[in-house]
Amino acid sequence: MASENVKTFTDSNFEEETKQGVVLVDFWAEWCGPCRRIAPIVEQLASEYAGRATIGKMNVDENPNVPTSRFHVRGIPTLVVLKNGQHVDTIVGLVPKEDIVSAIERHL
Amino acid sequence: MTTPHKADREVVIIGSGPAGLTAALYAARANLHPLLVEGLEAGGQLMMTTMVENWPGFRDGIMGPDLMGEMRAQAERFGTEILQGNVTSVDLSHRPFTIMLEGGRRITTTALIIATGASAKWLDIGADRKLSGRGVSTCATCDGYFFRGKPIAVVGGGDSAMEEAIYLTKFASKVTVVHRRDTLRASKIMQDKAFKNPKIEFIWDSEVIDVADLEKGEVTSIRLRNINTGETSTLAVDGVFIAIGHTPNTSLFKGQIDLDETGYIVTSSGTRTNVPGVFAAGDVQDHVYRQAVTAAGSGCMAAIDAERYLESLPAPDIADAHPTAGV
Repeated sequence: MASENVKTFTDSNFEEETKQGVVLVDFWAEWCGPCRRIAPIVEQLASEYAGRATIGKMNVDENPNVPTSRFHVRGIPTLVVLKNGQHVDTIVGLVPKEDIVSAIERHL
Repeated sequence: MTTPHKADREVVIIGSGPAGLTAALYAARANLHPLLVEGLEAGGQLMMTTMVENWPGFRDGIMGPDLMGEMRAQAERFGTEILQGNVTSVDLSHRPFTIMLEGGRRITTTALIIATGASAKWLDIGADRKLSGRGVSTCATCDGYFFRGKPIAVVGGGDSAMEEAIYLTKFASKVTVVHRRDTLRASKIMQDKAFKNPKIEFIWDSEVIDVADLEKGEVTSIRLRNINTGETSTLAVDGVFIAIGHTPNTSLFKGQIDLDETGYIVTSSGTRTNVPGVFAAGDVQDHVYRQAVTAAGSGCMAAIDAERYLESLPAPDIADAHPTAGV
């Protein structure tokens, strides 16, 4: 399934896993209804961009540092795009797949 | 066999809240092979809630997202085909009706059930939208977590505002409810719960006129104006939760079917719109009851109305009873 392409980011691996190339991070939590709607889109993107961009998810419950301290996430779903470790784009809330695609494409 | 007027589908349903999924369940069980387009906010408003305590049949309540998952599975079990994504436009001026989907797909249908629901309203002051996800939220269950030990404000005086305020006391150090009037619109039981909660305070007769701090990109305070005296004040908060009601999602249909002055679809004789063959169910046509159970009830009505409408048509206009997969 597509989910094997979805990386799992944690507070400890984040820096290492995002320092190269274009990376999309989906901040989510179990209790967030709208996050469940984004999840299948993120999985599709992970297969579609396999080898071209890193697509992954980060559970905000399990990772108290990176989401709130570094990205000041105050609501989920929030998606951020990084390029070579630099934070270059943020998408807040439910958006159509095309919007996420263009956020990735802008930086590829 | 194929005529130019033949529709791909007998029934298409737009929307996947209680109204849309119940319409799908009934239409599927009537062998109408419905196609349901989920929309972006799939599952509807209940996806944003926690425990639903007024859905009959669950004496201990059921989680909103779980209830919607069950409804979806039930609609699918009887043959509803569900498509993810949004409808981008519809053409109701020609028959069969045409539905355009994200990605450019086009579907024609003999009957259409609109169940696009309503979405949370924003304050209309600009700053609130810009700080969305940066401290301004319309979904307490999504975002309350980020305000542990912090002071926040809830704007509104209805049931949803009280529900959010009470829920948010689990995280926030203090919840201030800002309401335009001096009494709440919320039900008695919700009012009692809110008044009894030691973490909840009220600011009456006041509206939010600004949210700061756009420069910093996070919420630091809100600016309030007393409606009676015109006096303004600042309240330091880390988050603002807006619960001032909903607007119907009818922009797709503007100019094609009758809407009332606030944008709700006008229905009569059950769920009929002014365009024969187009039906509307749930919050998109109801600004009075707006409950999950009334939405589901009207979804059922729409499916039955659509079925009768299809039966009333001369045979050649009706789509193939067994459409091929993939549309």
